[in-house]
Amino acid sequence: MGAYILKRLVLMVVTIFVIITITFVIMQLLPGSPYENEEKLSPEQIEELNKKYGLDKPVSVQYVQYLGNVAKGDLGNSFQFGGRDVTKVISDRLWVSVQLGIESIVVGVILGLILGVVAALRQGTFTDYGAVILAVLGISIPSFLLAVLLQFVFSMNLEWFPVAYWEGPMHHVLPVLALAVGIMASVARFMRTEMVEILQSDYIVFAKSKGLKRYTVIVKHSIRNALIPIITIIGPMTAAIITGSLVIEKIFAIPGIGQQFVESIYTNDYPVILGTTILYTVAFVIMIFVTDLLYGVVDPRIRLQGGDS
Amino acid sequence: MNENILELKDLHISFDTYGSEIQAVRGVNIELKKGEALAIVGESGSGKSVTSKEITRLNPRPQCRVKSGEIIFEGKDLIKYTETQLQHIRGKEISMIFQDPMTTLNPTMTIGNQIIEGLRKHQKMQKKEAYHRAIELLELVKIPNARERFKQYPHQFSGGMRQRAVIATALACNPKILIADEPTTALDVTIQAQILDLMRDLQKKLQTSIILITHDLGVVANLAQRVAVMYGGMVVETGTVDELFYQPEHPYTWGLLSSMPRLHKKSNKLESIPGTPPDLSDPPKGCPFAPRCPFAMEVCLEHMPDMTKVTDTQSTACWLLDERAPEVKKPELLNV
Amino acid sequence: MAQPEKKEITADMFRPATVQVEEKEEITTEAISYGRDSMRRLVRNKPAIISALIILLITVMAFVGPHMNEWGVDDQDLMRSNVPPKVTALSKISLFNGVSSDGTDRYAERQIEDNFWFGTDKLGRDLWTRTWKGTQISLIIGFVAAVVDLLIGVIYGGISGYFGGMTDNILQRIIEVLMGIPQLVIIILLIMILKPGLLSIIIAIAMTGWIGQSRIVRGQILKIKTEEYVLAARTLGAKPRRIIGKHLLPNTMGQIIITTMFSIPSAIFAEAFLSFIGLGIPQPQASLGTLIDTGSQIVDTHPYQVLFPAVILSLLLICFNLFADGLRDALDPRMRR
Repeated sequence: MGAYILKRLVLMVVTIFVIITITFVIMQLLPGSPYENEEKLSPEQIEELNKKYGLDKPVSVQYVQYLGNVAKGDLGNSFQFGGRDVTKVISDRLWVSVQLGIESIVVGVILGLILGVVAALRQGTFTDYGAVILAVLGISIPSFLLAVLLQFVFSMNLEWFPVAYWEGPMHHVLPVLALAVGIMASVARFMRTEMVEILQSDYIVFAKSKGLKRYTVIVKHSIRNALIPIITIIGPMTAAIITGSLVIEKIFAIPGIGQQFVESIYTNDYPVILGTTILYTVAFVIMIFVTDLLYGVVDPRIRLQGGDS
Repeated sequence: MNENILELKDLHISFDTYGSEIQAVRGVNIELKKGEALAIVGESGSGKSVTSKEITRLNPRPQCRVKSGEIIFEGKDLIKYTETQLQHIRGKEISMIFQDPMTTLNPTMTIGNQIIEGLRKHQKMQKKEAYHRAIELLELVKIPNARERFKQYPHQFSGGMRQRAVIATALACNPKILIADEPTTALDVTIQAQILDLMRDLQKKLQTSIILITHDLGVVANLAQRVAVMYGGMVVETGTVDELFYQPEHPYTWGLLSSMPRLHKKSNKLESIPGTPPDLSDPPKGCPFAPRCPFAMEVCLEHMPDMTKVTDTQSTACWLLDERAPEVKKPELLNV
Repeated sequence: MAQPEKKEITADMFRPATVQVEEKEEITTEAISYGRDSMRRLVRNKPAIISALIILLITVMAFVGPHMNEWGVDDQDLMRSNVPPKVTALSKISLFNGVSSDGTDRYAERQIEDNFWFGTDKLGRDLWTRTWKGTQISLIIGFVAAVVDLLIGVIYGGISGYFGGMTDNILQRIIEVLMGIPQLVIIILLIMILKPGLLSIIIAIAMTGWIGQSRIVRGQILKIKTEEYVLAARTLGAKPRRIIGKHLLPNTMGQIIITTMFSIPSAIFAEAFLSFIGLGIPQPQASLGTLIDTGSQIVDTHPYQVLFPAVILSLLLICFNLFADGLRDALDPRMRR
């Protein structure tokens, strides 16, 4: 197990290193200069600024410098906002996005688990078909379409919820719902398949033959075992949340990093785009790492044999 | 010793699948006496497994249903029991062990906890007491280092050890009946013998009645005192082990016996019974074995024969026993 | 036990019956090939078949639709901007009566004679033409990206799985790193360098989509390589070419087709997503994504502008997913997941 953790750690560091390198290369390739209103600056001023930001040095030196800066948490200066620190721009908005992400995951996973388990227990009934159809819709329909629809129906027409912003609890309902539906659908689908398989397995019949209550058989023997593989979709789920948050924050004008990211794309604010990219990658890589560890802890078959993927 | 602890009376069980009804069990009568080991023998699809699982209602619902018949356990009909009532029978009075010990145990629960579950439920034992009982059971089924093994997971056990753990789990609450559904089929031959020895010892020690489901006549000879042969969802012959091995009356039993591989046989060829078992979604109206029976008569195809008493303990359902039937020469069976 | 009526049984029935045992042994149904068997399973899957028909219909419309009226994709006319849909034959349905949400009949108001079936956008461009043209672009992106995915994935996974050892080790480490980066982050970065456009979007989507495919191909090959029938073939002296052609390919084919089918909707989704965050097809071209993006910004006043592209996009994604599901169940009933 120790060797396995070490292996994953190394992989994690390499991945982060690779993405930082890629962002650096892209920085170099992109046209334009890092200064606002470049045309208004004199050549002397540009040279001075170049010196200040180390842009007069060879690329290799700049690269090492960049790595060092990123390691220190310095992601450079935004082209907008009068050259504010990208780290500051991001960290000011991070909390809102984290809130949105966690709320959506919690809501999506809980609804998905319930839907999946109920569908599996009522396999072949209308409840089951309903759950399956809901899952297909949830997986297929993009979250931004759902968000637009929810906004149109519940904010603009029925006026039950505010149209935008991130203030009171009422502001959370629609964006969280829009993001959670996709997660709910994939969790439900996964859980249903897993449960159906487990419910037919020999060890469930054996557990029943011991005289255990239906509740015990379902909760202790079936759901517990079905939950283990669910851990494997935490990774893709994180990716979906990151992706989804970009558009959801844009639609509901939520002041998170996703909205900032999309705005930066419109304004070609490369340092913010690349800084956010690094942040997303780090978050994603850490999630995958945690997932792997979690799997090892929860499943004795992996925990006790050192596991290999 | 002669008291029946379990009686299946004219049991009919059907499965509903995709619009057709499969009549898996069609009127089975079986008696199990106290302390006796009864073997139910037959090929796959003969209904033996369905019959045995239905005793404690373990066949999948709602696909499976009992159409008619009774399952009398200690004078009470289990078919009339509610699910909750049955939970007090399962594991406590009637336990089961299954074919594949690799899949019978929950992979994410320690062996110990799987044994304890039943004890806590049925005997209301405290954790500590249950632990001691579990260690005792593990020792009873001859699992070495019981204390250590208690904490381990199924994947840390070998196949034979797992089956021992399964037996320990099944025996936890001293059940009156143990139903063993092909308990050795999935095991290596050497391990098979060990498990059979263990089961025989335990039966002597604990006086548990056993129903042994198998297609392996070697296993039958090893463990059982009485045999019921099933074919096409029916019992076609019953009797003591000696009777069925030395004077079987049913052509299907003859076939089973001659298809047993034996060392000192002149021919190298493995005998088989030609043909396939009947399609139970459209069961034949006569004897189900008739289409494969080398001695089939016209009557066999049209009418199911009654169980006819051959001796006090042996009965056979075959038209050859009718006085109007021609003499047939039984194939040479056991030249042991 | 069924009680036979003794009266019916007469002595003459105790004659040997003529049962041809050999006959019983014969296989009564004809052997069905894998392909035909899969086909039968697919045809029986109603959602999959209906989905295939809808996809077909939308595809036909994507190519025929733009030619069904006289307006081009970029025919602007501010005199007829933001006109709601009108189909005279369907004017009983409120969606198609040409009356906008504030209750005025825009067609009467502006004296427009023609019918705009899906309405017009703020530049007065016909949304019928633009929607179908956009569908066309979304479909092209989906198909081309899927084919490129397929090629890269099969080659990469095939090399990795077939050669194994060191080659496999290196190739897999690269994949592990790539998998650690969210797919859309890579796409976004690529588009930033390549500049938005049909080709760059296809390249960006395909560059990231092949990973799944390659892993599946590799996994299958590794599995099949140790499968007993391949070992048997090898023991019998079959040459590598025969093993690849007769065993590896046919047995991975199902999986490859399934994965490709699933990558079409994800490419279509990726394109729509990119459009939505401003990295899509540049104006005046349209894709379903850009239409939805512009439409959604005025959804409170002109909901019809987002409605049609949104419905078509949803239908496409749902139907492709359902069809791929059906295909998977048909080709590989074991891997229902």
